[in-house]
Amino acid sequence: MNSILLSAIWGIVMMFSGVFTQNKTIIRYTAIVGLVALLAGNCADMIGYHVAIDVHKMLNYDEFGMLGNAIAFVSTLLLVLVSGRDMERVGHNLAEYFALIFFVLCGVAIVTSFNTLLMLFLGIEIISIPLYILTGSDKRNLKSNEAALKYFLMGSFSTGLMLLGIALLYGASQNGTFFIDDLWTGGPAVATRPMFMAGLLLLLVSMGFKVSAAPFHFWTPDVYDGAPTVFTSFMATIVKVSIFIGFVRLFEDGFGESRDRWQIFVAIITAATLFIGNITAVFQQSVKRMLAYSSIAQAGFMLLALLALNAVSRQGMLLYAAVYGVATIGIFAVLIRMKDYTFEGFNGLAKKQPVLAATLTIFLLSLAGIPLTGGFFAKYYMLAAVVESGHFMWLVIFAVLCAAVSVYYYFRVIQAMYFKDGEGSTETEPGVGFKGMLVVLAAVVVVLGVWPQVLLGLLAKFPYTW
Amino acid sequence: MIPVLLIVIPLVTGLVGFLIKNEGNARGWSLLSSIVTLIVALWGLSLAKTSPLLAANVEWLPDLGSRFAVGLDGLSKILVLLTAVCFPLIFIATWRDQYKKAWNFYALMLLSQAGLIGVFVATDALLFYFFWELALIPVYFLCSQWGGERRIQATFKFFIYTFVGSLLMLVGIIWLYWQTADHSFSMESFYALRTKLSGADQTWVFWLLFVAFAIKMPIWPLHTWQPETYEQSPTATTMVLSAIMVKMGLFGVIRWLVPVVPVGSWAWGDTVSGACIIGMVYASLVAIKQDDLKRLIAYSSIAHVGLMCLAIFATTESGLQGVMIQLFNHGINILGMWIVVDLIERQFGTRKISELGGLAQKAPALAILLVVVALANVALPLTNAFVGEFLLFSGVFTSTATQYSVVFTVVAALTIILGAVYTLNMIQRVFYGNTNSLTEKGVDIKMNEKLVLGAIVVLIIVIGVYPKPVLAMTKETTDFLLSKMNYKL
Repeated sequence: MNSILLSAIWGIVMMFSGVFTQNKTIIRYTAIVGLVALLAGNCADMIGYHVAIDVHKMLNYDEFGMLGNAIAFVSTLLLVLVSGRDMERVGHNLAEYFALIFFVLCGVAIVTSFNTLLMLFLGIEIISIPLYILTGSDKRNLKSNEAALKYFLMGSFSTGLMLLGIALLYGASQNGTFFIDDLWTGGPAVATRPMFMAGLLLLLVSMGFKVSAAPFHFWTPDVYDGAPTVFTSFMATIVKVSIFIGFVRLFEDGFGESRDRWQIFVAIITAATLFIGNITAVFQQSVKRMLAYSSIAQAGFMLLALLALNAVSRQGMLLYAAVYGVATIGIFAVLIRMKDYTFEGFNGLAKKQPVLAATLTIFLLSLAGIPLTGGFFAKYYMLAAVVESGHFMWLVIFAVLCAAVSVYYYFRVIQAMYFKDGEGSTETEPGVGFKGMLVVLAAVVVVLGVWPQVLLGLLAKFPYTW
Repeated sequence: MIPVLLIVIPLVTGLVGFLIKNEGNARGWSLLSSIVTLIVALWGLSLAKTSPLLAANVEWLPDLGSRFAVGLDGLSKILVLLTAVCFPLIFIATWRDQYKKAWNFYALMLLSQAGLIGVFVATDALLFYFFWELALIPVYFLCSQWGGERRIQATFKFFIYTFVGSLLMLVGIIWLYWQTADHSFSMESFYALRTKLSGADQTWVFWLLFVAFAIKMPIWPLHTWQPETYEQSPTATTMVLSAIMVKMGLFGVIRWLVPVVPVGSWAWGDTVSGACIIGMVYASLVAIKQDDLKRLIAYSSIAHVGLMCLAIFATTESGLQGVMIQLFNHGINILGMWIVVDLIERQFGTRKISELGGLAQKAPALAILLVVVALANVALPLTNAFVGEFLLFSGVFTSTATQYSVVFTVVAALTIILGAVYTLNMIQRVFYGNTNSLTEKGVDIKMNEKLVLGAIVVLIIVIGVYPKPVLAMTKETTDFLLSKMNYKL
């Protein structure tokens, strides 16, 4: 509860801060203070200190959602610390951007802990609407406008599907309920109703749209490419993984018992996502577009958690959220500073910016899933979860083959930086603070790669009681 | 304790090495580090096998059932010894090679050594996988940064190839892990699986693991990355690749495949052996036609490794003992060959056999040393490879695991003849005959090279005449592995 309240309140504070000051540094620090407060509030919640409000079971706080929140907040904090200055360059309305980000985080806090379909819908909408604005925040850039419109149209359509799905599930459930843990009441008799299946699939499609799973991914490359890069980074990491946490929660609590009936659909979507994401990424010329497709490919890996739905997949989901988030934020942070977003733009970067190149290499290795980086264990948990469930071995093998393909495009950047000669450089000389933050991010990735227990141990440490 | 030291010394010195921004110091530093590693390795070898110093086992990832477990048994000892011996020799032999940003080069070399030793001492499957990948990353950078003209493509092919294999192996390891009784990655738990898994399961999981190992060795038809990578890599790295890294594949089969899924190995033994045989003959024939020295040695390596793999699947004591000793011999011998190639290339700027000739007149010491190494390469009696290959062939011949043992032996023996053809042909055309305008200016080898080649020659002859200590070292492990491999449903 703390985080929902705090993020909503701080969003309003940020909005008004723009009225009182035009000083960008003050605004940025206000946001950082807000994020730290949010994180502290969430941690307080984890150990039992929270604002007691009776939500009539509409929200369900557990360590999974709390840790998901914590990861989202830490990632946002890191994003603001490493790329905060670049947000200032997007446009004049810095305070509003931060306000929107806090509103998104409010939605995140709802999506990670919803217990009824209504709250899910609310959370998803609270996340989406600020994002439509952030995508179009570069007002004079046609590509940004186009991306915002595209995102908005497609997003509203998928929201419509979600509402329809919720309505159908309401009708199909025995007593007419929105509570996800009551959907199954009545047993298999409910699940065999066509209406139940139809509602479930509509939810799958609309959630699949939000996490850009194939074949509902078509908006992703254009929106990610068109949006200002800082906000692309925000969308591709924090927003995506938080929705994933909600996704897993929905299917585990709501549809876990009927998994035999829908797993095959998820398997097909996963395979398609992995395939399309990885194969298309190979052909990209722009690193930013490549990262858009790579985020689709990574979503394919995260979908494996949805397929397995066991303790391992929950841990894996959190680890994936943290590792993927941190690494991608790091890559985007460097990308923003680059003169040229194509692969050639990175040629010879290692000579001019050894720190940037070295940290970028660690992030890329992590996304590719090489040991000693967190990405390895993230992928490991996902694969292990599916193998434990005992089904879909073909998908596991398919997934690792796709992971091998991903090496191709991630390593293209490494090759460009280290082994090719060129004039690849950043627009301005990056400061010590920026480099320091990158090193911190890289250290996080490596620590999670050697000792993932530091994060996952928390899952067991804070048994949450409401 | 000792295995941990063996990993930590090169790892730490390697990381420090990045900071030594001076070529000469970096070179000395890496040589020092590798010598310390060698001393520690020898210390480990001298200890009784019950010594608690030879193993370490600490908690790493309790939730996953994986521990940081390392240990030295006969098989690990022989490969750790090989790694520890090779690195100082490589550093001394390539002392005069020039590299841009040499400190990075030497640091990465040391990191790859840490990875390699990690692979050989790990007794936990996940840890093994961890090091397996770690050994690859520095080598990838070494080859891509300092290699020949087409290095980027060649190394990339190599990387993708091995990465696909590794990932399939990872799936196999995860699957096996869930089958273990106590959900653990430890070697004991994995070895206990052989009675638990059904024959059908063993036969398919066999391939998941074998593909990774076969790519690394490499076995035909998965070898296509190798000649190009060897050719394009800087010679010091090629030495690491061919002397030590290909052993990772054979090691993987011996430690993590045949004892874990003996039924699968038995079921596919003939198929694998067939591939080995085809690869051996094919590689030998191709080697005869090569004009580039590096490619010639690369193909000859495919033939030799194929024979070792063949002998593993023969499942006989002499075969397996032969593999153990040959793991070491092949590493030493091929290292000697590479050193010669490196010398020639540095002096004349070419590796083309057709452009060389008459070197023996200009460099008699080199010629003598090379001839010994080359004779070892064709397994002449009194050389170490003779002992190894004799055991290998007798192992294959007496194998009861396959009904084609005679055919396999006969065809495989053909490659000895072919091996003599290309090796002697190479010596004749490079070292004898008339000098040409290029080799006219040749000078004999320097002290450091004499030292290294001399050491290799001594090893070749000592092991060739008196192989008993080496065989005794691995005897117990061989028997242990055989007892696991001879399991039938």
